[in-house]
Amino acid sequence: MEVLVASATGVLVAVGVYLLLRGQTFPVIVGLTFLSYAANVFLFAIGRLAINRPPIISPDAAGYTDPLPQALVLTAIVISFGMTALIMVLALRGFLETGSDRVDLDTLDDAQAPREKPDPVRVGSPA
Amino acid sequence: MSNWIVVPAILPAMTAALLILALRHDLARQRIVSVAATAALLAITIGLFVLANDGQPRAYRLGNWPAPFGIVLVLDGLSATMLVLTSALAFLVLLYAVKGWDAQGRHFHALFQFQLLGINGAFLTGDLFNLFVFFEVMLIASYGLMLHGGGAPRLKAGFQYVAINLVASTLFLFAVGLIYAVTGTLNMADLAGKVAQVAAADQALLKSGALMLLIVFAIKAALVPLHWWLPATYASTSAPSAALFMIMTKVGAYSILRVYALIFGTEAGALAQLANPWILPAAIVSLVFGSVGMLASRTLRDLVCFWVVASMGTLLIALGTFDLAGVTAALYYLIHSTLTGAALFLLADLVAERRAQWLDRLIPAREIQRATLIGGLFFLAAIAAVGMPPLSGFIGKLMVLEALRGAPGWPLIWFAILGTSLLMIVGFARAGSTLFWKSRDANNVMEEPDRRSLLPIMVVGLLLAGTAGLSVAAGSAVRSLEGIARQALDPDPYVRAVLGADARIRAAGR
Repeated sequence: MEVLVASATGVLVAVGVYLLLRGQTFPVIVGLTFLSYAANVFLFAIGRLAINRPPIISPDAAGYTDPLPQALVLTAIVISFGMTALIMVLALRGFLETGSDRVDLDTLDDAQAPREKPDPVRVGSPA
Repeated sequence: MSNWIVVPAILPAMTAALLILALRHDLARQRIVSVAATAALLAITIGLFVLANDGQPRAYRLGNWPAPFGIVLVLDGLSATMLVLTSALAFLVLLYAVKGWDAQGRHFHALFQFQLLGINGAFLTGDLFNLFVFFEVMLIASYGLMLHGGGAPRLKAGFQYVAINLVASTLFLFAVGLIYAVTGTLNMADLAGKVAQVAAADQALLKSGALMLLIVFAIKAALVPLHWWLPATYASTSAPSAALFMIMTKVGAYSILRVYALIFGTEAGALAQLANPWILPAAIVSLVFGSVGMLASRTLRDLVCFWVVASMGTLLIALGTFDLAGVTAALYYLIHSTLTGAALFLLADLVAERRAQWLDRLIPAREIQRATLIGGLFFLAAIAAVGMPPLSGFIGKLMVLEALRGAPGWPLIWFAILGTSLLMIVGFARAGSTLFWKSRDANNVMEEPDRRSLLPIMVVGLLLAGTAGLSVAAGSAVRSLEGIARQALDPDPYVRAVLGADARIRAAGR
């Protein structure tokens, strides 16, 4: 079981890192999701792997598993879920406003692009 | 009295909830509540600073759960100093923002308060996992603030900023997981005792976890090569957000000091002084890289961003020594660079809003209104930033140089610090002379923007007065910071404050 969990975490991280290094927003988001899955599985395993053991006190339990990693992983899931939703919206807004889903900033010529308070009347080349 | 420790976290949370639930549509009242709450926060953090001044760390146990099982907040000199700095900066930035920036998007004040909640929590927490949680609170709010006002460049830069921070958060989780798996605790005081007792076979795991944590903090502190997000983010966000974000890089520096002095400090056995060999080289490269970036900048805001990278380099060169003189110098430079950086970002905005389509680009344009006043303030801020006398940057750099004298390779470090100061002078002089002196048409002056208020200029003046005060009162400030640095480098009182008193409670409860 240990080998399986460890290699699964490793594969998730590898996939996540690969996708993260892509140039479009959507693969980056999927890559981030894979990375956070890997982190969740990893956090779940840090309390050691055990089967059929309760995390809370019960009279007929033979032994216990560590409850803290489960609490940690719950927090981590909530946070990464919220973050994924946010970056999703951000990517979509960015795509709708610029018409491109490239991650890099080079698509905008920053010498000419409006830096502040985009105002079509005032923005132009400094003639 | 120690119940007040939780207030810097509770007050912004309550204020933000009130702002978002009750005052959603009423900007005028939002402003009143937000400014009043931040002023109250400033008063409370000053009170806490006075309380922490006796050199005794204090712990607050949420729900009175005994440490290391419950959540603790710890107030010591270091966290109290950071809290006062945060709330003072926040108060001034907020005064700047209420003159119009907050009207450019919704929920500015609520996001601002959430940001304060995250920053204050990160400074107070005594638990690594809660540090993660407060980092996230801080970051979520900062995403909102960073995007405040919208616009395509901001969205593009915002995506990168969110993505890099999500990667950092994931790394943080892996690091926390590794540390918990080896030691069975995440309470910093508890860890300080347990790290030294880790079995030899597990030390490699713990070391990986600790160094991953360093990567996370280095991303926050914009240490080269993990600084790429900073210029793009800070240059494209709104001025008040960028000014407030000055404290966020300091959260990274604070976390490095806290974790690697308390947990992996001199008493950590085989893992003692784990971070030392990594921080110094990276900090020197940050300093050089930031200064070179200043020369290549095409706008004033880019220039300030690269100055921030360089100043974090200077700060971490001193911090990376983890000795008394180094940490004292780092703390002094931290306060100085926060105030100066915020003043520079606000000045860049003052210039940009007066130059119409030229904004803050470093090209000659028509002369701006109030050029003497704003140019004078820029001159003062630049003097403080490059470290020329008489403002606090000079004293800060002098202390950094003094702290490193005799360290291995100190001639190189001195050369880096002094040589980059020259580059910074060139960068600021080029920017200042282009913006204020090279007018295209001397008779045709730019129009003053609609907001005729002097308040934004006064805010910049107050920030610079802070750096001036820091250099006038340098003697007492340094003495005070020395005590704080000594306390930060000595884990024992901290551990006793968190765990020791608690052992008595448990014994009494039985």
